[in-house]
Amino acid sequence: MSIIDSAKQTAQGLVMGALQKLVPLAPDSWIPGGVPDPLIARKHGLIGTPVSRLDGPLKVSGGAAFSAEYRFENMAYAALAYATIARGRVTAIDSAAAEAAPGVVLVMTHRNAPRMKTPAMFGTSGSAVGPDTVPILQDDKVHWNGQPIACVLAETQEQADHAASLLRFTYAELPAVTALAAAKAKGVEQGLFMGQPLRNEIGDAEAALAAAPHKVDRRYTTPRHNHNPIEPHAATLAWIDGVLVIHDASQMVAQQAQTMAEVFGLKADKVRLTSPYVGGGFGSKGLWEHQVIAAAAAKLAGRPVRIALSREGVYRVVGGRTLTEQRVAIGAAADGRFTALIHTGLSVMTPHNAMPEPFILGTRSAYAVPNIALNVDVARMQTLANTFMRAPGEAVGTFALESAIDELAGELNIDPVELRIRNEPDKDPTSGLPFSSRHIVTAWRQGAERFGWRDRPETATRREGEWRIGMGCATGTYPYYRMPGAKARLTLTRDGDAVRASVEVAAAEMGMGTGTTTAIVAAERLGLPLDRVEVGYGDSAIPGAIMAGGSQQTAAIGAAVIAAHNALTAKLLKLAGNDSPLAGLSAKEVGSDSGGLASLDDPAQRESYASILKRAGRDSIEVTEAGSPPLEFMHWSMHSHSALFCEVGVNDVTGEVRVRRFLGSFDCGRILNPRTAASQFRGGIVMGLGMALMEETQFDERSGRIMNPSLAEYHVPVHLDVPEIDVIWTDIPDPHTPMGAHGIGEIGITGVAAAVANAVHNATGRRIRDLPITLDKLL
Amino acid sequence: MSLIINGVAVAPPADPRVSLLDHLRETLHLTGTKKGCNQGACGACTVLADGERILSCLALAVQYDGRSITTIEGVGQAGALHPLQQAFIDHDGFQCGYCTPGQICSALGMMMEAKRGLPSNVTSDLTAAVTLDRAEVQERMSGNLCRCGAHNGIIDAIRLSVEAAA
Repeated sequence: MSIIDSAKQTAQGLVMGALQKLVPLAPDSWIPGGVPDPLIARKHGLIGTPVSRLDGPLKVSGGAAFSAEYRFENMAYAALAYATIARGRVTAIDSAAAEAAPGVVLVMTHRNAPRMKTPAMFGTSGSAVGPDTVPILQDDKVHWNGQPIACVLAETQEQADHAASLLRFTYAELPAVTALAAAKAKGVEQGLFMGQPLRNEIGDAEAALAAAPHKVDRRYTTPRHNHNPIEPHAATLAWIDGVLVIHDASQMVAQQAQTMAEVFGLKADKVRLTSPYVGGGFGSKGLWEHQVIAAAAAKLAGRPVRIALSREGVYRVVGGRTLTEQRVAIGAAADGRFTALIHTGLSVMTPHNAMPEPFILGTRSAYAVPNIALNVDVARMQTLANTFMRAPGEAVGTFALESAIDELAGELNIDPVELRIRNEPDKDPTSGLPFSSRHIVTAWRQGAERFGWRDRPETATRREGEWRIGMGCATGTYPYYRMPGAKARLTLTRDGDAVRASVEVAAAEMGMGTGTTTAIVAAERLGLPLDRVEVGYGDSAIPGAIMAGGSQQTAAIGAAVIAAHNALTAKLLKLAGNDSPLAGLSAKEVGSDSGGLASLDDPAQRESYASILKRAGRDSIEVTEAGSPPLEFMHWSMHSHSALFCEVGVNDVTGEVRVRRFLGSFDCGRILNPRTAASQFRGGIVMGLGMALMEETQFDERSGRIMNPSLAEYHVPVHLDVPEIDVIWTDIPDPHTPMGAHGIGEIGITGVAAAVANAVHNATGRRIRDLPITLDKLL
Repeated sequence: MSLIINGVAVAPPADPRVSLLDHLRETLHLTGTKKGCNQGACGACTVLADGERILSCLALAVQYDGRSITTIEGVGQAGALHPLQQAFIDHDGFQCGYCTPGQICSALGMMMEAKRGLPSNVTSDLTAAVTLDRAEVQERMSGNLCRCGAHNGIIDAIRLSVEAAA
């Protein structure tokens, strides 16, 4: 990371620090969410009704066009060549055979690539989404084993792939840190997240631990992971009249367009990026080198380009979750109350990025403990830049914390559910903020009842033939966030005596159900039937910037729609004028209801949208508004929670683990669309089962190369691995969020690996502290 | 020489290296068939060749001269969906939708395999007719990966379609 980037991070940290001191002191009413969203009180509308996803018919019939399915006239196909050393220089390139191969249009290397700026690294500004600080094909330097060092364009993909295989590179290698022990020996540094140190110290945790009558002190490790969306990363792009048009697979549409514009020295409106369908992302569908290389090659060749990464290419170009080594130590009194909690350890990143795996985030707000010590150190290795993957921090942090609590429960001989409830905090234990909404005890009680937790066997006592059976539980947690920059454009168009509404947000839909929930929320807020509302998203031409990340998109859209709806109401009232039944009412005194505006005091005093527009001689009305500044999560401690229950069978002969039953009991505010929400919860749990039992990106510590870059060798859960997963939720609205809702894209994966590990221990008496729990570790 | 794609005769590619998958997607612009790994590990490219499920990424297009290929576009279109496609919607058997065409084509082929009495790894009685219980469907569909975690919905959609067809 450059000094400038460090300075930017520090400045960002200072601003955040100042806000975090002031915002908690402000009165509730000054904070967004201080006055509850009126939709929270509306009980019988669309919100909470199961709605099938609106893009369903297109997706099941193959009609939804993904990024590699757009076409341009005269399009060329790209193939990349990847470095085979971890660090050094490319000293010679023999491209004669490749250039002479049939169909080849261009061979581009650092020698002939156009001059471009390095994409600003993620987090260095509101719109910066570059993966790292490595220049892209601008010099002869190699920074990781697998870095793209050449691009071939050809008339067909087969010709491009063949020509790329003919390229020959000569390297001058430099020493590289590719072994974890070597990285640690070089020294570690303080991990930063959003510019602030990943460090908390309250009281004297080490002294309290030493004095505690009961304690555990354990080390847990988690490996590298890859997102592995089934759609490989791809872009189809063209330079058209000075505008770079990109059909991409993106979960950060507007930010990616902005960053690409900066790379090529263009004004922001000279890049148009669309991404209506994304074939899974989980954090990975952002800006990586391939889009920049393809745009540069298209510019150089004067041809539109399709770049569709091979599955191996995804592993070489798109970073995953990094490894962690964690220590969790808990001291407790005889009654189970915690007296000390230590969660520290190490994460790995590269010399050229800034993304430690922030595994202590969930621990900060988890349990009532007077003495707390949390810290993340970082070591650096020469690898592809790691990045955020579903619940960065919490996914792996909860494995360590919630395993340790299970171990302590065993030491104390207290039921692990009761031990957690006994340590439930009444305010945030590290920030001191009040919780906005925390009903985790309800989730535990309901989940335990439904799962039949009381039937949990004594450790290693239950058998069915050659299978040992056990049950485990764990807590999951993920914060409520809302990022700035979201806007919503609302348009009402007259259609006879009725209106149609369009809601446009620069959001991304990767299958979470965002398009459908946005339609539900907008229809409810506007007082219109669902089939009268159309949602636009996934296009940089839409105002504002929204990211499908941090489980915050739903809240960001929700707040922007609130603001746009308020503006629309004011504008409609003005348009309605003195002849309207609404005359004399202010925007605060009316609400939307049944296709029009009505007085909140007397709903009979109303006028329909169509009537207002008609009398004003208007066909349509449009407003664009930004959401309120996202301050609420600095005023309250805002989190989602889950209580997870798992039953496994462990084969006594082979060590194989089968998950037989799983229940997730969630406390995530109000659920907007139960159908898609259940899928989000289950989807997170399935990825958690993968993390628990099979997922590992294998890294060759000698060469720095990923050894299993394929779906044949990186195992993800298949149908036979996934039992019927039961999900329930409290459905208690958070009074301080739009619609009372929380984002739910990431909570599902958190805690799952611990629930599985704890069940394996209950079944076998064996405690596995190193993920994944493969059969060799149980034999 | 010609391939029959969804009932229409089309020319095979001139370049014999072209996979059936790339021929469908890049030449015929039938992009409903998806490329997830291009090495037979994920099942996203599953199509039906004379009613049998195959991985079109591991099939050279020229091998299928004279054969009848059904892709997701031939199964049913928006507005006129096949009952299994509708079941996927009703049971939320997908999120991103990228593995979905392969899951659906694979399920159709799988049902016909079961009808023909082909056993699977979890079939206990090799002489009896195949009953597509949950474990059978899970085992037989395990070659189709889903990363969004829609497995429960997929299996529910297929099992209810099997029951409805019985």
